[in-house]
Amino acid sequence: MTTFLLRRIALIIPTLFFVSVLIFGLQQLLPGDPALAMAGEERDPSVIAFLREKYHLDQPLPVRYALWIEGVAQGDLGESIRIKRPVLELITEKLPVTAELALLAILISLAIGIPAGIIAAVKNETLIDYGTTMAALWGLSIPNFWLGILLILLFSVELGLLPASGFVSPGESLKQNLLTLIMPAFVLGNALAAGLMRHTRSAMLQVLGMDYVRTARAKGLSERVVVLRHALRNALIPVVTLAALDLGGLLGGAVLTEQVFTIPGFGKLIVDAVFNRDYAVVQGVVLFTAFAYISLNLFADLAYVVLNPRLRT
Amino acid sequence: MKKLLLAGIGLALSAMLAGGPALAQTAQTLRIGLAEDPDLLDPTLARTYVGRIVFASLCDKLVDITPELEIVPQLATEWQWTDGNKGLVMKLRQGVKFHDGEPFDAAAVKFNIERHLKLPGSNRKAEISAVTGVDIIDDHTVKLVLSAPFAPLLAQLTDRAGMMVSPKAAQAAQASGGDFSTRPVCAGPFKFSERVAQDRIVLERFADYWNKDQIKFDKVTFLPIPDSTVRLANLQSGGLDLIERVMATDVEAVKKDSRLKFADITGLGYQSITANLNNGPRSKNPLGQDPRVRQALELSIDRDAVNQVVFNGLFQPGNQWVPPGNPFYVKSLPIPGRDVAKAKQLLAEAKAPNPSFTLTVPTNPETLQAAQVIQSMAAEAGFDIKIQATEFASSLDLAVKGDYEAYLIGWSGRTDPDGNIYNFVSCKAPPALNTPHYCNEGVDKELDAGRAIEAPAERLAHYAKVAERVLADRPVIYVWHPKWLYAMNAKLAGFTPYPDGLIRPQGLRMQ
Repeated sequence: MTTFLLRRIALIIPTLFFVSVLIFGLQQLLPGDPALAMAGEERDPSVIAFLREKYHLDQPLPVRYALWIEGVAQGDLGESIRIKRPVLELITEKLPVTAELALLAILISLAIGIPAGIIAAVKNETLIDYGTTMAALWGLSIPNFWLGILLILLFSVELGLLPASGFVSPGESLKQNLLTLIMPAFVLGNALAAGLMRHTRSAMLQVLGMDYVRTARAKGLSERVVVLRHALRNALIPVVTLAALDLGGLLGGAVLTEQVFTIPGFGKLIVDAVFNRDYAVVQGVVLFTAFAYISLNLFADLAYVVLNPRLRT
Repeated sequence: MKKLLLAGIGLALSAMLAGGPALAQTAQTLRIGLAEDPDLLDPTLARTYVGRIVFASLCDKLVDITPELEIVPQLATEWQWTDGNKGLVMKLRQGVKFHDGEPFDAAAVKFNIERHLKLPGSNRKAEISAVTGVDIIDDHTVKLVLSAPFAPLLAQLTDRAGMMVSPKAAQAAQASGGDFSTRPVCAGPFKFSERVAQDRIVLERFADYWNKDQIKFDKVTFLPIPDSTVRLANLQSGGLDLIERVMATDVEAVKKDSRLKFADITGLGYQSITANLNNGPRSKNPLGQDPRVRQALELSIDRDAVNQVVFNGLFQPGNQWVPPGNPFYVKSLPIPGRDVAKAKQLLAEAKAPNPSFTLTVPTNPETLQAAQVIQSMAAEAGFDIKIQATEFASSLDLAVKGDYEAYLIGWSGRTDPDGNIYNFVSCKAPPALNTPHYCNEGVDKELDAGRAIEAPAERLAHYAKVAERVLADRPVIYVWHPKWLYAMNAKLAGFTPYPDGLIRPQGLRMQ
């Protein structure tokens, strides 16, 4: 167990090193000169030269990498050229926003996907099944930004029920916070619900055909109890795995949805940074995301070990 | 199923809200929707147009402009050119305080001008580089000393170069290693309260503002919302009071909506086709080498049609670096009409009946559409234009390196005509702006003369000579002048659009 743990932790360092080299290298492939992009419309040669020097853009690539990684090793992810704020501070500011949005989106997707999947499975090969499957297909294929705009037009402009965009922190007003997040969370959840519904349906169909379900029915249990208490529990395992994967994806930032609803989260942070050639922010955010993924994976592996004694060698 | 769900959510929410408006705020806050997130809130370092909108509420300037581009007092009450136009004496307003309570005086002006000139990375240095020093004549009189006469100086002081920050706050920020731009202290109607990057900038009313009778709001909140549809939706749903840069195609909807008001004004900037004349091997093609081909290109374009098709007729067609109607527009050189026959004839004379070139276009839907209209018009004269849509920062880099043949690019415009022409065609211009590497000594002589004298009529005479040459050589073919399009809550009164596009809070109020 200890060896396993140590081996896994030891692997984090080379993995992060590899990721950092990859991010740094890939970013250099972006066309466009960051100093020129940052110098403003006036493009004053002295300002361009100043920015090049200050942010080491005039140094060879390995030197720039060394300077950056030296800071990272000391917990300094650098500073945004555009707004002169530490990258770490920006990340800690944006992460809770994206996390809350992701969590709400997952809750919505579960609330829609699982019941829809159960109904489709129970009413297999009926009009209801076809209807839900069609709806799921619709949910999968509808573009997020388009659904977002439609919802804004309906609930904000026509009905005047919800703020069209923006974000209010829960500390400021929980009600306003939920009101601003409900539409983007629904847009994200809707797309994920479709996948969850399909998985629930096929898992349920498989389980419903099993012997123990027939036994349960033969005992005279009501259909409700058979489906919800006996079948669903087993069918949910792959669904929960999928939902966990979805959550991981959402934490990386829902770029389009955050853009449409102007939510100051991770996705918007990185997109704006790419367009403004704010290298330090791009590098910092990607490295942080990679670190978060690796750590989560480690926790997941540990959980497996705890749950499954056969892995404890 | 989905419809049911939607209806369900709608019902639940309406029950929750009991019909109340979503973002109920006090009437004392003015909420302005911006098209982008501003950059640094330090007048010396700032570089974006959108940041200037925030500065208009935060930092007063020495002088301001009227909608007719006349220069009027703000923190300076009167001024006079002396020493053969090598000195600008300014009398300063008395009783003005910075947001930190520090007095605004001659020493503060000296500090600010020197900060613009000396702070590393200053974006103002080039704008006022003619200034060599500031003499304090008395507590409320200063003299800006110039190395050579520079008429555009006064116009520069109507913008960020004329903005005054509190010397004490700026020095304190520098001494503590902090960053002034994260907590700017100026002398404008509102003081800085908070900023959440990419989300909002909040300013609070400054109780000791010298012109406080003109300020009717307790707070101004700027919300950057890049998507124009979403920006408008926020206004329609009552989440915002005023938005800038409405899409031309949305103007009809705004005008029809009784809850909204519309305002517009021709800006100071332009959009143009810049041809690569002399910047590397890609200039070696008929368009870059033969002025007749460029003349043919201009004659093949119907500027009115571009305006009608792409901008619903809202923008202003133009052929010079200032819009028709500007005091420095050269009236003897009006917009040439479309003449396909003459264009074909010119191409035949140039022995290039079907010149082909690539037009680099930044990826913006409106600009791309305009490029397509130009492409099809020019095709009728025999041109074969390939449109290369390129992300903005990349396109800029390509243009500076000379890796382009023609570039559909704009300039946001400056109050003084010098700011719209000098750096784009002068031999001494920074190569990052004069991307065609155009150079004509005669033009330079006139441009320098236009800078050195004060009288508008005499300046115009020099700019007329510049126009005769540059409009014939065509390193830049000016096509249209964008208008600033605003939409606002119908109850918002007192809004005046200015050619510089800035939103001045003075006089704005809710009815």
